[in-house]
Amino acid sequence: MAYQFDFLAVGEYAGQLATGAASTLGLTAIGAVLGVGLGVLGAVSRAWKLKPFNYIFGVYVEAIRNTPFLVQLFFIFFGLPALGVSLSEWTAAILAMVLNLGAYSTEIIRAGIQATPRGQIEAAASLAMTRAQIFLHVVLRPALGKVWPALQSQIIIVMLGSSVCSQIAAEELTFAANFIQSRNFRAFETYVVTALLYLMLAYFVRWLLAKFGERFVSRRRVAA
Amino acid sequence: MMMEFTTWDIVRNLMFGALWTLGLSVTAFVLGGIVGLLVLAGRMGHTPWLRKSMRGYIEFFQGTPLLMQLFLVFFGISLAGIDVPAWLAAAIGLTFFTSAYLAEIWRGCVEAIPKGQWEASASLAMSWLQQMRYVVLPQALRIAVAPTVGFSVQVVKGTAVTSIIGFTELTKTGGSLANATFQPFLVYGLVAAGYFILCYPLSLYAASLERKFHGSAH
Repeated sequence: MAYQFDFLAVGEYAGQLATGAASTLGLTAIGAVLGVGLGVLGAVSRAWKLKPFNYIFGVYVEAIRNTPFLVQLFFIFFGLPALGVSLSEWTAAILAMVLNLGAYSTEIIRAGIQATPRGQIEAAASLAMTRAQIFLHVVLRPALGKVWPALQSQIIIVMLGSSVCSQIAAEELTFAANFIQSRNFRAFETYVVTALLYLMLAYFVRWLLAKFGERFVSRRRVAA
Repeated sequence: MMMEFTTWDIVRNLMFGALWTLGLSVTAFVLGGIVGLLVLAGRMGHTPWLRKSMRGYIEFFQGTPLLMQLFLVFFGISLAGIDVPAWLAAAIGLTFFTSAYLAEIWRGCVEAIPKGQWEASASLAMSWLQQMRYVVLPQALRIAVAPTVGFSVQVVKGTAVTSIIGFTELTKTGGSLANATFQPFLVYGLVAAGYFILCYPLSLYAASLERKFHGSAH
């Protein structure tokens, strides 16, 4: 007998899926802001060789980039309590996402910072800009503008990766899907709908980040 | 029955799990490479519906979590009444995942070949397949090596997710050991070290290839 698909069995749980999707977006938003922030610190330390931070960030970047996100998450959630650091599932999920994105964005932003022409910094200094002004307006902002597409992709990769946070019982989108399929016994339909939801979230986040980039990050043209 | 685990017992068991991780990684990378070439051919060929569907294929696998893809393969095949072992679902799922990413990476490399090369080979009356085989791919291959090796790191790390559908590789072995020994800090630390040992040489190799090709190609 051929299998009868029943997507209505998933529709009943639309509310749970919506809540899960909102949680995934929330996790991604917090993870992206803090992760890119950490990445800026790391990139500056690495690009300007600020001892000892450049070494610390160097080890951190390699450790994170060469181990799976799932293992990082388990280490934080199951391993750290042995040292007396007990984190809730949400805190652990956010910490893992921030550390993960932080490592990748350190390398991405560093590439942008190192592409700053020396002459621009010298020109800014000759205009009596302070070090802070030079860093913010001449180094960081153009650097972010250059690497924004790469950062955008990395943020989406981290969002999709966050689906494994369901394994520590953080109630995001995949957790909702697991719950639903345990109720309606329609695993395939449930995961098809959930996968399409992730696809829509990915398009949405890409669009949002592109808009954000245009507005705040990319170099604005100056009237000649 | 309680069993005492020495650190060596833990390491030995993890090494056994790491072998499965390695095996799955190699399988997914090789099969993914083959499927990826077919996807690439469809994506860059002259058949409009094939181009569109391969574009959709790539966007689906790059826009959804690997975990969802594994669930879909696992539960999708069992719909047909076939009982899928976890290793098979893991290998199929990771092959799809790898093929989509490799096809997209390689597309970038093919598109980096100057248009004049296509035009010159077309003027020599070469067919599309001949142009690809004798003119474009040999040059694209050169630029493709570094990012391809770099992506292999993502494949190795991706295998960790297959532990969730029940494939007993390094991460799943670690989970069982952590529960049995009550030493999650040590066990997950060792699991992470295991992945690092597998991935770091690949990362270093990719970086050195990148420097090499960047120096000579431009």
